[in-house]
Amino acid sequence: MCDHCGCGDGGVVTVEVHERILASNERAAAHNRAHWLREHVVAVNLMGSPGAGKTALLEATARAAGGRLRLAALAGDLATDRDAERLRAADIPAVSITTGSACHLDAALVHSALHDPPWHGAIDLLFMENVGNLVCPAVYDLGEAARVVALSVTEGEDKPLKYPVMFHKADVVLLTKIDLLPLLPDISIERIRDALAHVMPEPLLLPLSARTGEGISSWLDWLDERRRRLFGDE
Amino acid sequence: MHEYSIVQALIRRAEETARAHAARRVEGLRVRIGTLAGVEPVLLLAAFEVCREGTLLGDAELSIESVEAQWACRCCGCGIAAGGALRCEACGGPGQLVAGSEIELDSIALEVDDV
Ligand SMILES: Nc1nc2c(ncn2[C@@H]2O[C@H](COP(=O)(O)OP(=O)(O)OP(=O)(O)O)[C@@H](O)[C@H]2O)c(=O)[nH]1
Ligand SMILES: [Mg+2]
Ligand SMILES: [Zn+2]
Ligand SMILES: [Zn+2]
Ligand SMILES: [Zn+2]
Repeated sequence: MCDHCGCGDGGVVTVEVHERILASNERAAAHNRAHWLREHVVAVNLMGSPGAGKTALLEATARAAGGRLRLAALAGDLATDRDAERLRAADIPAVSITTGSACHLDAALVHSALHDPPWHGAIDLLFMENVGNLVCPAVYDLGEAARVVALSVTEGEDKPLKYPVMFHKADVVLLTKIDLLPLLPDISIERIRDALAHVMPEPLLLPLSARTGEGISSWLDWLDERRRRLFGDE
Repeated sequence: MHEYSIVQALIRRAEETARAHAARRVEGLRVRIGTLAGVEPVLLLAAFEVCREGTLLGDAELSIESVEAQWACRCCGCGIAAGGALRCEACGGPGQLVAGSEIELDSIALEVDDV
């Protein structure tokens, strides 16, 4: 019947496959990555729980660096355009990627947005705000150069231990909303660092507040360092 | 639940293979899922039950082999025990995951016609 496996004797044949089930997503991610390398764009996959402060972080990033860096964003959203609207109001060209019932962005969804982008000309940084979810987005490579997880101070110190997949793959974890810490005497940043060290080989936690701007400059330094690492000094 | 999109990719791949081999039906699939892959075996099975309906996998069995997470030093290769900081005791280097992130299709069992 076929030349590959000698089937044809009838009955059951077993075909050995040994391949990654998400191979097609990985191919699409590699294609996106090639786009961004060619265009000298640092692409950031921004993940975190619903309400962790992802959009607010991008608004604060635009306030602090909008004059110096050309920013753009894709916002993964189950059904609405709200985040992209907020980002556009903050002067970040942005488009929603409606994921419908899917709880994460995937590389093909991102690719279709890339070929008709909402920005004109060159950009330096592309933020992909993923769907608020600590589980599913961790599984899908988008072709990003940096994986960033926003964790807000109110979410509990054990989140890295409960969602190890998300945190182990992160390049940096942003501890957001630190302006609220005075109201939360039981929260210890040291305990969060300790939990991170159990799941993240090179734990890096940057505490910041989108509201007060505290810590935003360290975040921008981190992004600059990524950019230099990818494209050198230019 | 991304387990649905994973099952859909799996079914697509299995049906392609079944057609390439002119199989009557798919009898079973073996997959390997790492404990740090971000895929929940129970949810994968539930999604499979729903999605296999009306495909060549109508009564196929999905068997899932779970792969334990293993860490090793990125610098010297020594094993690093999970449950503590992911640092090498020998050289202080950072750990890297060497097993446990698998989301893999191992094999497909097909029922074929007698010749
Ligand atoms: N106090 C304080 N509140 C903040 C800060 N950042 C965000 N918030 C508030 O937290 C809520 C959620 O913020 P968003 O930026 O919408 O969070 P998100 O992660 O984008 O949410 P989703 O996209 O819906 O998952 C809003 O009410 C924000 O005003 C901060 O630094 N300090
Ligand atoms: Mg948002
Ligand atoms: Zn393309
Ligand atoms: Zn999911
Ligand atoms: Zn070592």
